[in-house]
Amino acid sequence: MSFDDAYEALTDHDDDTRWAYGTGFSDPLAGVPTAVPDGVDPADLVAYCLMLGDDALVMSHRLQQWVTRAPELEDEMALANIGLDLLGQARLLLTRAGEVEGTGRDEDALAYLREPAAFRHVRLAERLDDDFAHLIARLLVFSTWRLALLDRLTTSRDPILAAIGAKGVKEATYHREYAAGWVVRLGDGTDVSHTRMRAAVDGVEPLAGELFEPHQVELRLAAAGVGVDPATLRTEYDDVLAEVHRVATLPPPPPLQEGTGGRDGVHGPELVEILTEMQELARANPGGVW
Amino acid sequence: MNAATVAGSVVDPELPFVTLADLGIVRDVREGADGIVVTITPTYTGCPAMEAIRDDIVRALDEAGFGRAHVRTVLSPAWTTDWISESGKAKLAAAGIAPPGAAPRRTGGPVPLVLGGRSAAVTCPHCGHGETEQLAAFSATACKDLRRCPACREPFEHVKEI
Repeated sequence: MSFDDAYEALTDHDDDTRWAYGTGFSDPLAGVPTAVPDGVDPADLVAYCLMLGDDALVMSHRLQQWVTRAPELEDEMALANIGLDLLGQARLLLTRAGEVEGTGRDEDALAYLREPAAFRHVRLAERLDDDFAHLIARLLVFSTWRLALLDRLTTSRDPILAAIGAKGVKEATYHREYAAGWVVRLGDGTDVSHTRMRAAVDGVEPLAGELFEPHQVELRLAAAGVGVDPATLRTEYDDVLAEVHRVATLPPPPPLQEGTGGRDGVHGPELVEILTEMQELARANPGGVW
Repeated sequence: MNAATVAGSVVDPELPFVTLADLGIVRDVREGADGIVVTITPTYTGCPAMEAIRDDIVRALDEAGFGRAHVRTVLSPAWTTDWISESGKAKLAAAGIAPPGAAPRRTGGPVPLVLGGRSAAVTCPHCGHGETEQLAAFSATACKDLRRCPACREPFEHVKEI
């Protein structure tokens, strides 16, 4: 099979799977061994995969809402691609959670059929952005924290979490670089962009407190060499944010506030709004495929 | 052709001028108790092309007379652009996409923060000029960025090093 150009290949389709990738979406962990490491409570591993998976899923949904609304087409592409990376991480983690749980829930059941209180993401992920500067501030916080977390996950005793960490580090490196680049561009830009970027970091960065407060599940899994104690990420996070602020000519990052229980399913009305949109099609057409 | 050649000859659905062997996506092909088993690795975790790639491998092996193949996924070691073959890089360049240079190596410690853009040392695939500028860190797919050549003024895509 050879083609003169890329378009010919796309139009020369003789089946539906090439054209609509959504058709026949299947288990992203197909063929990957899924044993639970020794000494780990499977319920903890399920909860942990949901935490890290929901962080990515909800943040991904917020990012794709910016498509058609970003300042430039290139930024819509960037935000969509970052969202796609996170969605890929979410698929692996939710699939893993469903397999370990063993009650037949797959990634779709976990994404589309859970109630808000069953979601385990940090509340930072669900926040609605007031403007582009707020989104960028939130993406810098989220990707700096997640990159540090995924990097430590690469040495997990659980081979799947270690592999997800190793792949995710490569992706999150680009996510952080994109966000940091925009903070610098706006912070070290015009008076207007500086003022708005500063307002955004002042509004968003204090919310990072919850990212470093360990949940009991995280502490147990960290002790077992499977998970990461998020408190250990704080130094790296602080160093990166301080450097970005310095180059962006912004004052040092503001102090962090205490957390808000996202890891225990405490969420705001913003999550209801997200799930109403995300789950609508699946709930209106139970079991439907396309 | 043996099964490994058939699987490796399948073209990438997004970059149909390179094969899966060129990209280093096919990690193993062997005869299993229940038919051919092909092991592939995703480029990016969210890459939607993986589903199409899986279907295309199964179809290619079936059409070549190998019967119904099974496609397994491995996540580790994570795919790196260093696995793209020299012939794959030449085909990318011929199609107007700058191939990746060597992937960054970690030497321990935190992932270093890069501010102010990455190296300009990406050669223009159109005119061969050695230094080009990044327009956007992400282009039509997550694996490429968008760049511009200051010499011939042409924009082009570049496969990012990971």
